[in-house]
Amino acid sequence: MSDLNKLGLAEARDALRSGKTSSKELTQACLSAIEGAGALNAFVHHTPEIALAQADAADARLKADKDAPAMCGLPIGIKDLFCTKGVPSQAGSRILEGFKPEYESTVSQNLFDAGSVMLGKLNMDEFAMGSSNETSVYGNAVNPWRRGNEDTALTPGGSSGGSAAAVAADLCLAATGTDTGGSIRQPAAFTGITGIKPTYGRCSRWGIVAFASSLDQAGPMTKSVRDAAIMLEAMCGHDAKDSTSADLAVPNFEAALTGDVRGKKIGIPKEYRMDGMPEEIETLWQDGIAMMKDAGAEMVDISLPHTKYALPAYYVIAPAEASSNLARYDGVRYGHRAKLEQGDGITEMYEKTRAEGFGPEVQRRVMIGTYVLSAGFYDAYYNRARRVRTLIKKDFEDVFAQGIDCILTPATPSAAFGLGEMTDADPVQMYLNDVFTVTVNLAGLPGIAVPTGQDRKGLPLGLQLIGRPWEEADLLSSAYALEQAAGFVAKPDKWW
Amino acid sequence: MSIDPSTAARVAKLARIRVEPDALPALAQEFNTILGFIEQLEEVDVEGVEPMTSVTPQRLKRREDVVTDGDQQDKVLANAPDAREGFFAVPKVVE
Repeated sequence: MSDLNKLGLAEARDALRSGKTSSKELTQACLSAIEGAGALNAFVHHTPEIALAQADAADARLKADKDAPAMCGLPIGIKDLFCTKGVPSQAGSRILEGFKPEYESTVSQNLFDAGSVMLGKLNMDEFAMGSSNETSVYGNAVNPWRRGNEDTALTPGGSSGGSAAAVAADLCLAATGTDTGGSIRQPAAFTGITGIKPTYGRCSRWGIVAFASSLDQAGPMTKSVRDAAIMLEAMCGHDAKDSTSADLAVPNFEAALTGDVRGKKIGIPKEYRMDGMPEEIETLWQDGIAMMKDAGAEMVDISLPHTKYALPAYYVIAPAEASSNLARYDGVRYGHRAKLEQGDGITEMYEKTRAEGFGPEVQRRVMIGTYVLSAGFYDAYYNRARRVRTLIKKDFEDVFAQGIDCILTPATPSAAFGLGEMTDADPVQMYLNDVFTVTVNLAGLPGIAVPTGQDRKGLPLGLQLIGRPWEEADLLSSAYALEQAAGFVAKPDKWW
Repeated sequence: MSIDPSTAARVAKLARIRVEPDALPALAQEFNTILGFIEQLEEVDVEGVEPMTSVTPQRLKRREDVVTDGDQQDKVLANAPDAREGFFAVPKVVE
């Protein structure tokens, strides 16, 4: 078989089962693709020795056990936010330079237990704070897509930008991502791939570098909805090491992919029609509505009245949690410690270490979080934001109580923008990227981005489906119907 | 509410991040932009609404209060910038 790196998970699994290829061949194909894709800056720590050893073990397992898990032998990339034993895990930050965890995150362990092969670690915004991968200590990851014939380098989105670029450019069959405000779904939409953030608690957060603990969830970034179902099943499950991990049975997500949406009620929230939204996004959304209607779903106009307040609430809650979580980076236990002057004490060590180790966006968010939690402002900002969060969640509960099965929205307010194009904008302009995705994190719901169209310059655009809590199986099936109807098959022309 | 450079300096101190004095005005300006955006929340009627503590209504699991881990001093210290004699080493904290 040729171009093995271009396969999706399901196709590769089937090819392994029928003996048409081996995990070693799949892995070697991906390793050569990675070697030739330095210009994308997607893989930032390469682990070919681990990959080839895992591939050999997977080939032996596949030979011995015809019931080996679906992920067995499939080469994937791991976002740098996941702690991987003995392999650099820096969360895209200078402050974790040289950090090699002595333990494995639960999600990556689950994937390895299922036989997955790790090709390396993927670029990301520093501590997952960003929407363009431009805050990474490793430099920008680059989107394999370009605007027509222009050679402007575009962002793959963020924070899981390296994961998105790597999957879209066929450097791996799939990748892990994490999503705190849209960090799986926005980059998936910017690169024409599929990405699902499951219900809060579906995946264990243990061993994933924490950003905002009440919002963070891991999920797969894949070449199809079927692949997302296969990989999500391998990633999730109860974990005693994460007290917020749900003790619920993990369904067979792939078996639930009927793509039958007849009679399903799909909500169209009027508040997601934003002022100044490009016409192409509105058209994409209308096309999606028509597709789901043709497939037999009932489209229902709904209202989620507090949508407008989701981003401001998020920019209180996420920085507040980040300021607390990132307090651990003090130059004592791991990572970077600043060089000290004669007479410097422990406070100078903390302050210099954190000034050198954190980039500007991380510093900004830690300080905003510190401010909203400080005496005198805690009620006005933090508690108010948590009250608004309750109302945002209630908006969703109300529409689900009315019988809505899932909600269809755009995934992003635009196509991928140029790297550097937002440099002079104020930070809030960048935050607006997450306007359609952040509500889902605040409400703890599952959300999936599916590529359904392209803009005038050929860049991919995605729609988002939002599901009921714990009903990823039903959500994936609806997404499968959307994927079938949209028939998105475009790939970026190789320039790298 | 407007943040001036001296408030920005206080926040930086609380966050234990060194910010040079000449960078404080720009930092204060950025805080004001972000807080201006956040202040939209004042429009929302939150009377009688409980602040969210947990997004999924689940009772946290309990476990036996027993030692489940430990005896890994070398692993705990393996990534320390400065570890000596089985401890983390830091600048002098007590005179």
